[in-house]
Amino acid sequence: MCLGVPGKVIAVDREMQIATVDFWGVRKQVRLEVCDAPVDPGDYILNHVGFAIRRIPPEEAAETLALYDELLRLADEQDLMAGDVRDEIQAAPDATRSRKDALDEKR
Amino acid sequence: MKSADAFEQLKFRDPERARGLRDALHRLVQRADHAPVSVMHVCGSHEQAIAKFGLRAAFPDELKVIMGPGCPVCVTDVPEVDEAVALAKQGVRIASYGDMLRVPGTSQSLADAKAEGAKVDVVYSVTQAAELARQYDEEFVFFASGFETTAVATAAVLVDDPPDNFSVLSAHKYIPPVMEIVAEMPETKIEGFLAAGHAATITGSAVFEKFVERHELSVVIAGFEPLDVLAGLVKLLEVINSGVPRVENAFPRCVTREGNVQAQNLLWRVFRPTGGRWRGIAHVPNGNLRLRDEFARYDTRKRFNIDLSAIWSYAPPKLVQQCQCGDIMAGIASPTDCQLFGKECTPESPVGACMVSAEGTCKIWHQYGGRPDLRSMKRGAA
Repeated sequence: MCLGVPGKVIAVDREMQIATVDFWGVRKQVRLEVCDAPVDPGDYILNHVGFAIRRIPPEEAAETLALYDELLRLADEQDLMAGDVRDEIQAAPDATRSRKDALDEKR
Repeated sequence: MKSADAFEQLKFRDPERARGLRDALHRLVQRADHAPVSVMHVCGSHEQAIAKFGLRAAFPDELKVIMGPGCPVCVTDVPEVDEAVALAKQGVRIASYGDMLRVPGTSQSLADAKAEGAKVDVVYSVTQAAELARQYDEEFVFFASGFETTAVATAAVLVDDPPDNFSVLSAHKYIPPVMEIVAEMPETKIEGFLAAGHAATITGSAVFEKFVERHELSVVIAGFEPLDVLAGLVKLLEVINSGVPRVENAFPRCVTREGNVQAQNLLWRVFRPTGGRWRGIAHVPNGNLRLRDEFARYDTRKRFNIDLSAIWSYAPPKLVQQCQCGDIMAGIASPTDCQLFGKECTPESPVGACMVSAEGTCKIWHQYGGRPDLRSMKRGAA
């Protein structure tokens, strides 16, 4: 759980403070209210239990992604580190839910 | 993974740098005026990286890299689990992270209570827990574990108008105070700490400055790539050898001195630090995070009268009394020192919390192997 997971921002809903983020092809909704810097589509963020805790500077994204690439591609189902990474991705809600549903739910 | 594969794995990215860092570690340890040099990290993900990539095989014999209390599930104290189990048995619906369900309490875990019919749900995040609460027309308790990084998420949900039936049973813990406790344990002889990169993303490196002043021990913040871990250890040995204790940031691509101030403000708006026991370790002043009075309506402990008497009338099972999790988390013992390790205690049938969680030292060593045979490794790495 110490390990945040990087993902690429696809879209940003500023009113809701939610970003649609791509994690190796899985699209999730990540909350932005505790992120350290404003994010835009194309940025990378570090996700921890469904919250972006840091915007990763673009020049550093590749270096940060390498470990995760290896974990997700090469590690087997039982691997603890890969399991933690998958859990972190699972922690964010699927991006299929509409913005309106999210708003309605909040009310 | 077998130890001899370690450098094959390291070759995967940057073999020159890996060898350079390994050689630097060996040089620096030899330059120290004593042996062994013992350092501690406090993060399950660091231990996963060290064990998975077989890094201990690349360390010099005279360098001891010990995992301290870096697994939030493991340090959740028995009475905290008992509170959750008691509530579940009173019929209250409870949700928590998967690992938390299997952590043993005095007589039962939440998973045991669930098997007997209690309403226990697994969630991946506090946001999911709050969403799930909205679907029920009954009290809904989130049994919250995790260090400060995870507590920020709990705080964010609590300030965001959670449903009325939602409350939090906080077992959140704060890492800096336990480092002070472990630093002062005479048995450990720790000379420096490797701090967890992603936690420091939020707290910043400055949080360790007072610690360094008080204990004259150095702290180096490191990331989770095998090369990040090696680089962090090289930096830590340099600082130890210099004789001038200080904080160094070996993970600048994620960590700043100030950290994420917005997240810190949120954390301390919702939580206050208070003393409490960490399982197997000690009473840790300011080591537990509890809800502030302003959030009392979401505090499970204020909302319910939790009756623990029925649970505490049981005697703990005999095997549990042999469990060495406490010594292992304090850095005094290794999993392989425990007679139960891999025999009576396995991931399928864990006796102690360190074998339950994916961040527990015992479970990590059970999967990856902990301390590879150094001599055979050196041949493999040559």
